[in-house]
Amino acid sequence: MKENIVIIGGGIAGLEVAVQLLDLGYKPIVIEKRDRLGGHVADWNLLFPDMIPARDVVGNLIARASEANIFLNTEISFVNKLKDSYNIMLSNGISINTRIIVMTTGFALFDAAKKEEYGYGVYDQVMTNKDLEHWFNTGDDKRVNDSAMNAVGFVHCVGSRDEKARNPQCSKVCCITAIKQAIELKQRFPEAMVYCFYMDLRMFGKKYEDFYINAQRDYGIRFIRGRVSEVSENIDGRVIVKAEDTLSGKPVKVTLDLLVLMAGIICNTDSTRLANMVSLPIDSDGFLKSRDNVAEIIESPRDGIFYAGACTGPKTVPETLAEARAAALKVHLFIKGLK
Amino acid sequence: MDFGFKISPSSAINLDNVDLTKFEELHRMEPDVYKCMACGSCSATCPASPFSGMSMRKVITALQRGKEKEAVAMLRNCMLCGKCSMVCPRGINTRHLILSIFRIYREDGK
Amino acid sequence: MIYQGKQKIWADYQKEIPDNHWFYVRSCIRQNFFPGAEKMFLEICREVLKKDFYETEYHTTCGGIAYHCDTIPQETVMTIVARQFSLMTEAGYENYVASCITSFGNYIEILETWREFPEVETRIREMLWKACRREFNKPKYVAHASDLIYKYRNEIASRAKFRLVNRFTGEPLRVVEHIGCHYSKMFPSKGVGGAEYPYVLCGMIESWGGNVIDYPERRHCCGYGFRQYHVKANRGYSVSNTYKKFESMAPYHPDFILTNCPGCPYFMDRWQYVIAETEGKTYGENGYGIPVLTYEELASLVLGYNPWDIGLQLHQVAVEPLLDKLGVEYDPSEKYKGLNEKELSRPELPGVLRCC
Repeated sequence: MKENIVIIGGGIAGLEVAVQLLDLGYKPIVIEKRDRLGGHVADWNLLFPDMIPARDVVGNLIARASEANIFLNTEISFVNKLKDSYNIMLSNGISINTRIIVMTTGFALFDAAKKEEYGYGVYDQVMTNKDLEHWFNTGDDKRVNDSAMNAVGFVHCVGSRDEKARNPQCSKVCCITAIKQAIELKQRFPEAMVYCFYMDLRMFGKKYEDFYINAQRDYGIRFIRGRVSEVSENIDGRVIVKAEDTLSGKPVKVTLDLLVLMAGIICNTDSTRLANMVSLPIDSDGFLKSRDNVAEIIESPRDGIFYAGACTGPKTVPETLAEARAAALKVHLFIKGLK
Repeated sequence: MDFGFKISPSSAINLDNVDLTKFEELHRMEPDVYKCMACGSCSATCPASPFSGMSMRKVITALQRGKEKEAVAMLRNCMLCGKCSMVCPRGINTRHLILSIFRIYREDGK
Repeated sequence: MIYQGKQKIWADYQKEIPDNHWFYVRSCIRQNFFPGAEKMFLEICREVLKKDFYETEYHTTCGGIAYHCDTIPQETVMTIVARQFSLMTEAGYENYVASCITSFGNYIEILETWREFPEVETRIREMLWKACRREFNKPKYVAHASDLIYKYRNEIASRAKFRLVNRFTGEPLRVVEHIGCHYSKMFPSKGVGGAEYPYVLCGMIESWGGNVIDYPERRHCCGYGFRQYHVKANRGYSVSNTYKKFESMAPYHPDFILTNCPGCPYFMDRWQYVIAETEGKTYGENGYGIPVLTYEELASLVLGYNPWDIGLQLHQVAVEPLLDKLGVEYDPSEKYKGLNEKELSRPELPGVLRCC
């Protein structure tokens, strides 16, 4: 089988598509702009709901995809549309002709510094969900001071459900991520008060509600319904958070040793750039537009171009993996149908 | 000097100053008190609520915000009928919880 | 606090402010509150920096206070503003600078409204013509007067007689900066530094040698707010907001407060007296208050003007402790002398707040 299959993006979606296609006897090409595989998940520590190490999930995928043609540190320079195929020019000078492209370009984390009122990058004790995972992985972050962790806060929906941040949709996974991270912090600092400032808690996935009950009953994490309005720094460098406790109908403020911003999921600008090269439409939420959003989410409106994972919207790890498997099957059927 | 106006006290809740000692004691007795997700089923079904302002949901929030007097005052309207226990989706034994609240917050109960 | 983080935000909110040839409009209330400020602005711009600033006695209020108090409709304010613009056009100017923050916000809001709804502008042009047979060009650039002092800050620093340094300790003075709400909260991109971390006053303080204090309630309202103060029943609410600010800044022991709005310096100055009388609290050293200066007054002090010539005797909170720290020489006996060297009557000293 000499058919070229180009998978753009070496995160878990791209890797899983490659693994499935290898199993089906194809030799896919994976193009990754970074110097390593695994995408965002490789930066994470433990994955909800079973708290399995992200390292294991990513490591397993990388091992099983190793037979694929993998180009690291490689970007797409341009794509030419030929009669019924595409000519893809890579930044390393290699050019590939293919009829099949799988877009696994993933998402980007919202830049929390854009919510200026939260002071990310300005106040010493403010970090993001990603920074916290980095600390879980490495223990290296001077914002986490082991000897002074009396109060910690999580701000949900940072750059999500926020028209002013130009991102009106829900990022889907941050609610459960916040609860997961709150529990992990509470396990490390049992004496600390941990607050979650939320607008709604969207516990849609398998065992998420159990997680939430766990966080409440067993870890005593305080959930305050109200969006944080502003953050400031006090004289000893701690942060003061203001919100409304909408359940009491009163303004609330609290001084914290650490504030974690749950940066939302937005479309990767590389996805949009690529979409322009091959004339793929963008949906109203800024992500790549599927043929339809119910039955054909992994199919683009163009023959031979498929999607998997967060390039079409925020997704969990199992959802991404399931889409990747479905996309691999679609590729297989596409090749068979043409031959 | 009287200017005809003065500095108004702030209505904001400052969580730094809320003393949760009693609430922790309550939590030890009633671990499920933390499970409340403020759905409001209890208040909606409460026979005393429309006439007295009694609301189990508000009581649980108020205790955690240091508004103990407000909470206990509300609870004085409870007739212990137990309808709230029937509807609570999180299975909180609210009747038992109410009795425990009275036991712990008795001194402040005026 | 990560200073580089602020610098990154400041870099996003810079304005290209024209250097010269401005049509200047005064504030309704500043001439009563701190009358030296506007005079000194023109003095510094014209006589020290040799810039061309034009003003006309025919301009009126911008209507901003009445608009924000909901006593006149926006069309009326727009027509008043259109008339101001026609005065500018008549005088041959294109750059418009307002002394008042609310006026500045008002002008920006109106120009933005006209940009979004050109039919409104057309209607206002007709109304102005019917009312007083006038026509106008829109200004090419609208600035607040503090934008200009910000722009000229380094030039002023190069001519400075005094630096914002405590001459007893050699340490930079600790300065609280307070920005008027209508400066950039409505249109963050129109203010130097944006709305969350405005730079316009920080830039002056840094350039003149002081240290800026960032305290928790920095963004909070000064307590004026038209509907708060002007409605008598709401005055307690007004002073409560000021009190909240002072309580928040007190641990930082600021040497003085710098402002760019008509209301803020007035209320932060006068309410210190009320807080002292009602709560028995003072926030400066040795029973004094914290002096509150306008940016024009500060620029004048830095340039070496006599404090009594720039109107500092109109402050409730004594400025003398600050003058001593700066090393500014002054004659206490001259404080209440009129322009004709005659002694004016002296104000009664308050009971709690220490004054000179």
